[in-house]
Amino acid sequence: MTSLLKHRLAWPVIALAALLLLNQLFRPDFLALRMQDGHLYGSLIDIMRNGAPTILIALGMTLVIATRGIDLSVGAVVAIAGAASCAYIAASPEPGSPATALTAVLIAVVAGLAVGAWNGFLVATIGVQPIIATLVLMTAGRGIAQLITGGQIISVTNDGYKAIGAGYLFTLPVSILITAAVFVLAAGLTRRTALGTLIEAVGINPVASRLAGLRSRNIVWIVYVFSAVCAAFAGLMISSNVTAADANNAGLYIEMDAILAVVIGGTSLAGGRYTLTGTVVGAFIIQTLTTTVYTLGIPPEVTLVFKALVVITVCLLQAPKARKLFARVKAPARPAATEPAKEEVAL
Amino acid sequence: MNEIVPVVEMTDISIGFPGVKALDGVGFRLYQGEVHALMGENGAGKSTLIKALTGVYTIDSGTITVLGENKRFSAPAESQAAGISTVYQEVNLCPNLTVEENILLGREPRRRGSIDWKGVRSRAREVLAELHLEHVDPGSLLSSHSIAVQQLIAIARSVEVSAKVLILDEPTSSLDAGEVAQLFGVIRQLRDSGVAILFVSHFLEQVYEISDRMTVLRNGKLVGEYLTRDLSRMSLISKMIGKELEALAELDEAPARTRTRSEEGSTPFLETEGIGRKGSVANVDLSIHPGEVLGLAGLLGAGRTEIARLLFGADKADAGLIRIKGNERKIRSPRAAIDRRIAFCSEDRKKEGLIGDLSVRDNLVLAMQASKGWARRIPRRTQDELVAEYIEALDIRPANPDALIKNLSGGNQQKVLLARWLVTHPELLILDEPTRGIDIGAKTQIQKLVNRLAAEGMSVLFISSELEEVLRVSDRIAVIKDREKVAEINNDGVCAEDVMAVIAGGTQ
Repeated sequence: MTSLLKHRLAWPVIALAALLLLNQLFRPDFLALRMQDGHLYGSLIDIMRNGAPTILIALGMTLVIATRGIDLSVGAVVAIAGAASCAYIAASPEPGSPATALTAVLIAVVAGLAVGAWNGFLVATIGVQPIIATLVLMTAGRGIAQLITGGQIISVTNDGYKAIGAGYLFTLPVSILITAAVFVLAAGLTRRTALGTLIEAVGINPVASRLAGLRSRNIVWIVYVFSAVCAAFAGLMISSNVTAADANNAGLYIEMDAILAVVIGGTSLAGGRYTLTGTVVGAFIIQTLTTTVYTLGIPPEVTLVFKALVVITVCLLQAPKARKLFARVKAPARPAATEPAKEEVAL
Repeated sequence: MNEIVPVVEMTDISIGFPGVKALDGVGFRLYQGEVHALMGENGAGKSTLIKALTGVYTIDSGTITVLGENKRFSAPAESQAAGISTVYQEVNLCPNLTVEENILLGREPRRRGSIDWKGVRSRAREVLAELHLEHVDPGSLLSSHSIAVQQLIAIARSVEVSAKVLILDEPTSSLDAGEVAQLFGVIRQLRDSGVAILFVSHFLEQVYEISDRMTVLRNGKLVGEYLTRDLSRMSLISKMIGKELEALAELDEAPARTRTRSEEGSTPFLETEGIGRKGSVANVDLSIHPGEVLGLAGLLGAGRTEIARLLFGADKADAGLIRIKGNERKIRSPRAAIDRRIAFCSEDRKKEGLIGDLSVRDNLVLAMQASKGWARRIPRRTQDELVAEYIEALDIRPANPDALIKNLSGGNQQKVLLARWLVTHPELLILDEPTRGIDIGAKTQIQKLVNRLAAEGMSVLFISSELEEVLRVSDRIAVIKDREKVAEINNDGVCAEDVMAVIAGGTQ
């Protein structure tokens, strides 16, 4: 049990479970899933569906943070991707056809690639500090999105496009499936190849990595491009869900949620060792919190404070110092006489 | 001496890390006005014992008394408050602050609540003058000084607090002979004023020169406490490595090797013509043949490391040319150098070598993996075979591929870094201070290894501050002085004094 508690994912998972239980106490049917018209429904599904864009972005963010970087531009990429795809659909001669939807997706992805390449160029080639480099597009990116939409909210009607954010496949929402696929892809790509280790090496000691012959420039490029493409997919989901592109509000502050998810999940902002699973758990915690606020009927003016309390608790539980304090409070409870002998054996 | 209370008394100290028992029931006593040497091989527990005393590690069991008072340190600040001051092997100061800020950090004289910068300046000057460092500008950035001067500034910081106990962990590993003499002067001065000094060094001669007593550790256990004058060098070494004297004799002669003489006219593996870099080194001509060990001798800061960095592409040369196997090549980056089969072990393990939070395995295969690119991961089984092979061949301890490399001792870390390059089968291996801060056992192992590699046809560029070591392993020695090559000596029958004379006198 103690070794389980020491696992880096222990506290995030416990926090998530506690939140879900809390909801279950207040709404006995909270964890229940039901089938309706061949679709799965339930609060859990809602949490996953609503959390999908944040998870996607947080996955990309995890790898960026592992290289000692940060990507503040993801919210703007969400806006750009939504704006570009919706503007294309609205202007196309056949705004309803699947081919148009497919092209729109491609356009969004290309936009993501371009933004990622630009961020990677600034950070890896020019050597701008990541927080500054991505701040450029965090602010300018929304401007670009507004330019694309002409300052209007562009509404589109295209069933194929709508499916990305609001559709169902194999009884599950498409957005969940996309997110799951990206997770599997990212985990597989980084752990089955050497990319994960090399990302961590660059994040832990960039100087030593360079002297060991790592092309850290390429690796940094890859993570920023991956992050931006994840953000582009999230942008597609968000705009598809409401079948409209809102350059001002789509993905607003989502970078903060994503960074929070990464940190809650147990990846250090100092770079180095990362955990994608932890990030997903972190994102679920954030999304479940939002749901909990509604379940418990917490008044809107208290909502943010409630969120803050939970986040602080999870972060404290992860801090080694706070854990030590916690252990010291607990320590008197265990029988001191027999314990040392056991510890000898454990060593 | 027994009726005097020790300044520091540590009894039955144990500390364990996951998978390693670093200290096992070790005792240690330090008296006022003595220089006490802590001896042992790498991994014997010297650093751990020091860190227990300075509050970096919390002890699992045992007692520490300082001036008769029972203490339990859980943070370095508590140990400092008790009058214990430490200068670590790797300089632990802030490179981006000024010298005076570093000396007085956290103890700045204040006037009406704000820092009295004039007071800071004059206090720093006083302390520097005490250490005969008048030439160091207190307002200059710490990073603008050589590692040697930084080390002395770290000592100045301890002098400033007028500590009761001064711990010097490998203080001389970055100093040249003159600086060592200067440091020893300071140590004696402090000792005579009543400071208890704990001295850790791998340089036996220095230990015998400066210490009054010594405590020997081996594998985390106490071997014994001795008066320096009662313990011969040979018996000290046998206590440190726990082997009998015959085994030692074998260690001693092992590195001697028949010198390979490169035939005239054969193509060198690497040849430089007038390479240099502005503000670094100028006009260096070197050539290294396959199977040859070229030693770089010279004082610290003479430009040896800088030359190595140019050859490896860590810094870009802006003058001259490099020929590899007779063809002119540009080496613009470490990556390019590695592709030309050049490997480089930096002198700064911590900053330029280790990926601390990764395992021994990941660190060991890193260069090989980097050469293959990220997409072609070295299969786990191949990794395991390689790692097992090198853990055995280089006697890396603990023999656990999954141990985080930051938890290994300095000598074992160095072996892993060597192995990182050996698995890539380089044709030229550049070793910059490969034995710094490493015990005799590991040192001999590394020297033997260099001999074996050269015998197998590898070219080696061997850089070391220890002339004896350079003489022992090199076929030829290039003497570097004031950022230029001043002489090249064939290593047949020359002794350290000859090389010293060249360094002192300029061209031969």
